[in-house]
Amino acid sequence: MWRIIHQFGSPPWVYRFCDKVIPWLMPITIVALLVGSVWGLLFAPTDYKQGDSYRIIYIHVPAAVVALAGYYVMALAGLVSLVWRVKLADTAMRAAAPIGAAYTAIALITGAIWGKPTWGAWWVWDARITSMLILFFLYVGVIALFEAYENKSAAARACAVLTLVGTVNIPIIYKSVDWWYSLHQPASIKFTGESAIDPSMLYPLLLMIGAFYCLFAVTVLLNMRAELAWNHRDASWLKQLVQGT
Amino acid sequence: MTEARDIDILHFCRSQTLRHLMLMVRSPSEVINPLLFFLLVIVLFPLGLGPDPEQLSLLAPGILWVVALLSNLMICMRLFVDDLEDGSLEQLAMARVPLSIAVLPQLLASWLASGLLLSLVSPIFGLMLGLPLEVAPVLVASLLMGTAIMLLLGAVGAALTVGVQRGGILLALLILPLYVPILIAGTRALNEALQGGDPTVALALLGAGVTGGLLLAPLAIAAGVRVSLEL
Amino acid sequence: MTTALLEARDLSIHKGLRQLLKDVTLCVEPGDLWQLAGGNGIGKTSLLRSFARLASIEVYGDLSRCDDVLYVGHSASLKGAMTPRQNLKYHPSGLCTPTDTEIDGALAAVGLAGYENALTARLSAGQKRRVALARLFLPSGRLWLLDEPFTALDVAGVAVLEQRFRAHAQAGGAVVFTSHQSADLGGTLSVLDLEQFRGD
Repeated sequence: MWRIIHQFGSPPWVYRFCDKVIPWLMPITIVALLVGSVWGLLFAPTDYKQGDSYRIIYIHVPAAVVALAGYYVMALAGLVSLVWRVKLADTAMRAAAPIGAAYTAIALITGAIWGKPTWGAWWVWDARITSMLILFFLYVGVIALFEAYENKSAAARACAVLTLVGTVNIPIIYKSVDWWYSLHQPASIKFTGESAIDPSMLYPLLLMIGAFYCLFAVTVLLNMRAELAWNHRDASWLKQLVQGT
Repeated sequence: MTEARDIDILHFCRSQTLRHLMLMVRSPSEVINPLLFFLLVIVLFPLGLGPDPEQLSLLAPGILWVVALLSNLMICMRLFVDDLEDGSLEQLAMARVPLSIAVLPQLLASWLASGLLLSLVSPIFGLMLGLPLEVAPVLVASLLMGTAIMLLLGAVGAALTVGVQRGGILLALLILPLYVPILIAGTRALNEALQGGDPTVALALLGAGVTGGLLLAPLAIAAGVRVSLEL
Repeated sequence: MTTALLEARDLSIHKGLRQLLKDVTLCVEPGDLWQLAGGNGIGKTSLLRSFARLASIEVYGDLSRCDDVLYVGHSASLKGAMTPRQNLKYHPSGLCTPTDTEIDGALAAVGLAGYENALTARLSAGQKRRVALARLFLPSGRLWLLDEPFTALDVAGVAVLEQRFRAHAQAGGAVVFTSHQSADLGGTLSVLDLEQFRGD
């Protein structure tokens, strides 16, 4: 039974899958990103409290949302890899880790840039930013663990175990950081926007979140394809595929 | 015919716990060094922050917990190293007991020699930092549970990194983020007790952490050990 | 079918992107003595570890075996800080729960009478090997998987071990071991030359 699945997730099959999906996913991503950015940055109304500085949410919020989702994608791939030993899942997990970390870094940096005009400081120990920072370390841990192993099949399995442990822990970490924040910081610097965001600001934001999801998928697929090409640089199927197209 | 006798899991666990305790008695420095480390770092804080007792007692919960966390990390770094090197770990994996159960005796022995000991002597360290004696029960109770969860989580990281070069720093990177909730709940319990509040919520959360950790961590530890044996 | 202690069908073992062994097929029945032979790096230890289920990530194919296995690897799994007697009594494999008399008997059988309470760290390499192999003289598994059991042993030690193998096979057990040397086990020994399974 698993032989069939293993065949299904074989490197040539995955490579061709990436080749098929990327050409139509890429244009969608670019269009969505362009439309979302122009809409958010130029046409959405100005915030009455924060002025134009709030517009960074069109980068910050999508990056943060996709960063968290990316960890769960990785964990799901890890589960599939552990249970069914599908090579595709190994590669997907490995490809998703650095991209997820990059998204987390973008969310942190844009958060700091946003913090300066809003709170008057580059870094504030806000619950969300702190959670994001911990998420960043979780990503870095997975990447470091993968790099530490010589045997990449073992590395994939180790990372699968780690991401699953992380998945169980992330909600606990988020909850506990929220709790910690609410105890130490009276709710004086609370955000106005998010709960009562105006639809004219919300729609471009939703579009940008969708665009970032697509961008995540495209970059992961590109990364997977590059990974496969490097791992199988001597394989005959790869030469045939490259020369055939 | 030399057929193996049936394995009694309890008997197996008892014999393995004894084995690890015996090894610790034979090399007492492994038990004492983390405690000395704990003491030493605690001494550093008044030197760095100034001797003002009020300021120290304000910072004491955080200091005690961060240092407990670090000394726990030191213990986790040693956890499976020797056993992997001398082949004991692969023999443990060959035991006809589920590996997730077979790893528990070692953790129990480690906890008795580290977490339990540290918790019991922690009131002394608390006094040195200006904590009133009344909060000692909360300090001991929170550390008893906190060290148990930290050991369970740390063992997952240790199992995953024991086979790689320079696994120590990697281990810190992997598990310190996971310790965040323990740190928050532990310091919360102490702060509540200090301010005359009710520490039971934080203590109950730690208790829930121990239960959850005992249920889930052994599976991850076993999976991690199996990966490390492949190398 | 059910009598076989170990049955491997079309087992292939990979190391990274290289295939070490392919299509290994082996059936170990009670009473069998199998030597896995082949040059350095062919994959003897990897195959033995896959039989022990200590390696599984890069192993493909069907493998079924009995649960009652004793595995002695390259590392002796001994603690220097404990005596040979304690090492056997509290052995982490926990396969047997031997009595003290059984342990002393096993240590005597491998020629270590009088060393029961010495510190294992003080023993020589050959003596440590003997302590590890003393497990074979205790009530232990039916299927033995032994990695290079003859290394570091002197002539007398090798003879004792060979005799033990034969006795175990006659009692309905089976032994699979790796070795470069040819063992003197008479007609009962089957040799599996791994050269024929070399991967591409």
